[in-house]
Amino acid sequence: MLEIFLERFRQKSRTAAFPRDLPSLPPRFRGRPFIDTGRCDGVAGRECGFCAAACPLQALLLEDGKPALDMGMCTFCGECARACPKSALVFTTDWRLASTIRKALVVRPAAYQAPERPDAGQTASEGLTSPNSPDNKRRYALPELPLAPVTALDSVFARSFRLRQVTAAGCGACEADLNVLGTLVYDMERFGLDFVASPRHADAIILTGPLPRNIQTALKDCHAAMPAPKVVMAVGACAISGGMFRNISSAAVGSVQGASPHVDVNLFIPGCPPHPWTTLDALLRFIAPHSVSE
Amino acid sequence: MSAASITTTTRRDAVARHLLSGGTPEKISPSDALPLRNGATAPLDAVPVMDFASFRHWLTALLSAGCRITAFFAVPRGDDGKDDASFFLYAVVADDNAGLLRLARVGVCGAYPSLTRDMPALHLFERVIYEKWGLLPENHPWLKPVRFDNPTGPAAGEMEFYRIAGDEVHEVSVGPIHAGVIECGHFRFQCLGEEVLHLEISLGYHHRGVEVLLTGMARSRLLPLVEAVAGDSTVAHTWACCALLERLSGVLPTSRGQHLRALALELERLACHTGDLGAIAGDVGFLPTSAYCGRLRGDWLNLSAMLCGSRFSRSMIVPGGATFDVDAALARDLVNKTRQTLRDVEGAVRLIWISPSVMSRLTGIGILPSTAAASLGIVGMAARSSGLALDVRHSHALTDLPEPPAMCTKKNGDVGARAALRHTEVQSSAAFCANLLENIPSGAICAPNWRNFTRPLAPEHIAVALVESWRGEVCHVALTDAKGDFAAYAIVDPSFHNWAGLAYALRGQQISDFPLCNKSFNLSYCGHDL
Repeated sequence: MLEIFLERFRQKSRTAAFPRDLPSLPPRFRGRPFIDTGRCDGVAGRECGFCAAACPLQALLLEDGKPALDMGMCTFCGECARACPKSALVFTTDWRLASTIRKALVVRPAAYQAPERPDAGQTASEGLTSPNSPDNKRRYALPELPLAPVTALDSVFARSFRLRQVTAAGCGACEADLNVLGTLVYDMERFGLDFVASPRHADAIILTGPLPRNIQTALKDCHAAMPAPKVVMAVGACAISGGMFRNISSAAVGSVQGASPHVDVNLFIPGCPPHPWTTLDALLRFIAPHSVSE
Repeated sequence: MSAASITTTTRRDAVARHLLSGGTPEKISPSDALPLRNGATAPLDAVPVMDFASFRHWLTALLSAGCRITAFFAVPRGDDGKDDASFFLYAVVADDNAGLLRLARVGVCGAYPSLTRDMPALHLFERVIYEKWGLLPENHPWLKPVRFDNPTGPAAGEMEFYRIAGDEVHEVSVGPIHAGVIECGHFRFQCLGEEVLHLEISLGYHHRGVEVLLTGMARSRLLPLVEAVAGDSTVAHTWACCALLERLSGVLPTSRGQHLRALALELERLACHTGDLGAIAGDVGFLPTSAYCGRLRGDWLNLSAMLCGSRFSRSMIVPGGATFDVDAALARDLVNKTRQTLRDVEGAVRLIWISPSVMSRLTGIGILPSTAAASLGIVGMAARSSGLALDVRHSHALTDLPEPPAMCTKKNGDVGARAALRHTEVQSSAAFCANLLENIPSGAICAPNWRNFTRPLAPEHIAVALVESWRGEVCHVALTDAKGDFAAYAIVDPSFHNWAGLAYALRGQQISDFPLCNKSFNLSYCGHDL
């Protein structure tokens, strides 16, 4: 018994003071992409398209010759940033990726603006470009993505929001990084967020994985079993768009998509898998926006 | 009343004795089959075509001598143009003592006599082949759907479950969606009071058709898919796939790249073992270890993120080596954090061993005897916990790698043994990582010609690669066609072998011990379903 108490002190208190103190992610973390319109001007006066050619999943397409990167399909592998000859496309270490608007997940070229304070914002993810590039010092303060809180339901959901996690045909990585939200570093229960066992007790489905044929009935049954009002959150590229399984069709599994053709999605949380801070930030801004307003 | 046995008792004692003693196979002529080193390739013609009687004799002799079935799959022949239903059955057998894989094939058409009654480790392979290609294993004792991949066939979970009759017998049905944050699968328990007489596991909800996709898709799109075969074993699956692509595209992985892969693989092992030790503690209601290990698992994942930006080592491994390097400062940082995290894990896990109330819940629960483990073809961590010395890092080492962490085995085969084994492996893997980081060879992290894998591969070849994931051996087999595209791709996740072990271990246990037993194996649903 004494040993257990002593170990408690040795292990220290580990819960992060989020959202008061913002997390600092490893320098190689690939978060929100930024495309500098000033630099994205092609090679030798012609559109180059190297980024689109490098994307293994066609998550980055060219619109009128300019890149449009859909975070809802992206696995954040970084190949497009590696391929860019002008360092116009970078992944920043900004973990705030979620939106309630599907189209807002598409990143298009924008003008670079230095943050107001020189130490504000995020850096570019390390290891994708030459270590000597002057860009490594650049900092990015990107405008927040639109995320409308569940205002109409605020009085119902505020400070008590129960999640029923449904794993579609996911690989287990998104589930693993949802599970950690319950561990003591993230400790989402202090915000009134918790996973529940029964859809009857749930306010939201938090969905991971793509939706081939064999799992579609289970998702629909679970959704139908939940009392209204209810919301659906799609976590990870697979649940948002089908991810690496998107548009793949075969007799064995049917046509694989994300959640959208099967249930209406209210909140999109990109990543492969999303970092736990990405998910916690999204959940807080969705249900208790006052707790994260700066 | 006793539940019917899935396994036959013939020869399994002999097999287990053999595995335990580490003897050498007898009375087999290795010249019968094609011997391949792990990660090697050979022309398809070199795989001997046997008649069924010799194939059966060859396979039976190897397996009874302690070799293991690693992959068993069917490929349409297509070459003779005579019969659409004509197939080759390929067997890849691991001969651990010789450090070789032995390959042979047999032509079959429509049906063949099932091998499962003689070799229970084949039971699921034969079912998958039947489901996928309609090749009937005649007289198979348990011919039920596995992945429910036929759109006109039964829907997932719709099958006749094994039932035990009797007034006081009741059935408990769980899933596909479970109470926790976990993948989907259906469990059907036959219970007498609290005692589980039999557990039947019906999966397939996560079937994404990965093997078929891999053969058809542009290879430039392939790596993100392979990384998602089983999300907690990303390194193992990607490494196995890259090993095949390298041999088939004539790329040699760099020494430094191989070391970085080994580092990533052990970080994956550290995270999963630590997390499961916490979950085992959680399932017996012992919150201190549960809470600490939940956090510490994240600390290991964060080391992977320091290495490559992803907590699940996404985009770390490509054919030819690795994508992210470790400089002196990062190496120092990783070594320090490894030691610090190991210290905390030691403190957290020690509480299990000194708490009699916890130990009494782990000891003697969910026993998988070594005889059953050998007969069912159990691999990896679960096999080692039942006393079988199986670890492909030792028996089938890939090239250019440092000495792997020492192999450890436990005797009891219960939840306690699986927990203790994970603890020992955490210690040895952490020491391995620290040592590797201090002695990493210099040079490039990746071969300059690594993108060759998107070009046509060596035509009409076969390549096999095994990697020891934290759960057990991951096996990838690729066959190429005359144009250098994949003609077939087979993946065997350790979960595919081991789910039957979980069902066996639950025999005669209390149904309330299911979560505990389940967590001690922690098998992958999507790795099984593909």
